Amino acid sequence: MPMNGAGRQQSQQFVVLGESLKTGESMDKKGKYETVVGLEVHVQLATKTKVFCSCSTRFGAEPNTQVCPVCLGQPGVLPVLNKEAFMCSLKIAIALGCDIQESMKFDRKNYYYPDLPKNYQISQFDMPLAYAGEVRITLEDGQEKRIGITRAHMEEDAGKLIHDPGGMCSYVDLNRTGTPLLEIVSEPEIRSPEEAHEYLVALKRIIKYLGVSDCNMAEGSLRCDANISLREKGRSKLGSKVEIKNMNSFKAVRDALFYEEERQAEVLDEGGTIKQETRLWDEEKNVTSSMRAKEESHDYRYFPEPDLVPFDISPHLVQKIRDNLPELPAARRERFKKKYNLDWYDVGVLTSEKEIADFFESVTVLTEPRSACNWIKGEIMMHMNERSAGIFELNIEPGYLAKIICMVRDGIISNLAAKDVLRECIERGKDPADIVEQKGLLQVSDKGELELIVDEVITVNEKTVNDLKNGKENALGFLIGQVMRKTKGKANPKLTGEILRKKIKG
Amino acid sequence: MNANNINNNPISTDVVKYVAELSRLSLDEKDTITFQHQLARILEYIAQLNEVDTDSTPPTTHVLPTMKDVFREDVPGGSLSQKEALDAAPDSVRGFFRVPRVI
Repeated sequence: MPMNGAGRQQSQQFVVLGESLKTGESMDKKGKYETVVGLEVHVQLATKTKVFCSCSTRFGAEPNTQVCPVCLGQPGVLPVLNKEAFMCSLKIAIALGCDIQESMKFDRKNYYYPDLPKNYQISQFDMPLAYAGEVRITLEDGQEKRIGITRAHMEEDAGKLIHDPGGMCSYVDLNRTGTPLLEIVSEPEIRSPEEAHEYLVALKRIIKYLGVSDCNMAEGSLRCDANISLREKGRSKLGSKVEIKNMNSFKAVRDALFYEEERQAEVLDEGGTIKQETRLWDEEKNVTSSMRAKEESHDYRYFPEPDLVPFDISPHLVQKIRDNLPELPAARRERFKKKYNLDWYDVGVLTSEKEIADFFESVTVLTEPRSACNWIKGEIMMHMNERSAGIFELNIEPGYLAKIICMVRDGIISNLAAKDVLRECIERGKDPADIVEQKGLLQVSDKGELELIVDEVITVNEKTVNDLKNGKENALGFLIGQVMRKTKGKANPKLTGEILRKKIKG
Repeated sequence: MNANNINNNPISTDVVKYVAELSRLSLDEKDTITFQHQLARILEYIAQLNEVDTDSTPPTTHVLPTMKDVFREDVPGGSLSQKEALDAAPDSVRGFFRVPRVI
């Protein structure tokens, strides 16, 4: 198509601009322009079946094995709305504080592309599920900012295309076609790439707390397109916007917006104008490039979907769902702060994922919240990062962590040994008490036994002992370390310190 | 407006070409004229609805105004086999539909 040809030329021009930015030739644009970003997030809903037919939505099946005449768009078939998909959508819209509409209908959005066998996508146009919600984000300076949600509407997902690099063909897998999606459109109230990132983190957290989507961006169950424009500060009229697609992680969204912010500033500074278009993010080259001129909304030739009847959403149902929503992140943060008396930073870490918060609460049933918090944000999260795993994927029962914490508290094992026990627990799934016994990690708290070892250490560290006598307090730490070494970390450090002090200083 | 509209056709050839482009159809000049006339006749036919007095008729989005809220339960049913799914396609390979390169 002619449009693509023009776009390609332009993209090359922009790549060059982008490179000149990296060399630091550009002036400081931050002061001159205001960035305006709106995000469109597509969330795949965690239903067993597709939105309008009973094909499975399982990820990773052989291509074209989860398809039927309805999602293949065969003539004469009738789509019927999946009740669970509707309920999941409703839960999200309610949790986002949206105005749920009293009635909604579906429309056909017409476009011709092989990922959509019907040549239209069933979506919602002028009577969506919900309008006017919000997501609250925390800015760098700790301030809270409200980002408005314009609307949330239900639609079906398209299929997956694989392009033969350099070849003449594209390959189509329609398993994903018809997977239920909720599209959540934000107001253009996001003012920086960081805010966009925070918005996504906060939105994902809410949806995960609801348990209605796994929000796995790598598997495509949460996807995001971004609209970005720049305007001179102080102006209220929005500049022409560019839509960016193909961002596969929250980091990619932030990086793409950073790039686009700079690119647009460069174009404007040189007296150019921003063309309204769709651009693709190239993760490897770290640039966006033109994909196609933006099709105007009416080009989709929306019209009501005659195969689906309208839906009335009763205020009674909305209230019932609202009353039964699980505790959401903001409420949980408040409760954790009050109930466990932790600071906001720790509360933020613990509630960052629903699973972590659940795990923490299970541990605190058996142990002090402060220690549980320290262990989770330290060792547990280190193991999660090491394995790129969720907290429950570590296969350590909350009760086991509680046991380890109690053993340290009661002086049965040292803090150091406890870390080994935890690792063993995670790697072998064994009871910490058994590990302690099998590995002989029981802390030496027997005074007589420790005194013998302390004597040995004093004999061979004459100089350090003298240092301590002369008031050099950090010498004590070294000596305790020596005792630890001799006992392979099993000496009770507190008791060891006391014995050393008594023997040396009298 | 232009030479294409000498017959006072409400649909210009530009509109026909634009719609064809959106539909990924390639039309030659002869096709364009043919569809221009056909589309005009369709619009004319539909325009008869304008003669109906709808002042007291509430707007509706569906032909079955009393039927609403039709759901199905989220229970997996049968899908086609890969072979059945691909059988009707003009071209397929290794379980995929194969189409001319589109990006």
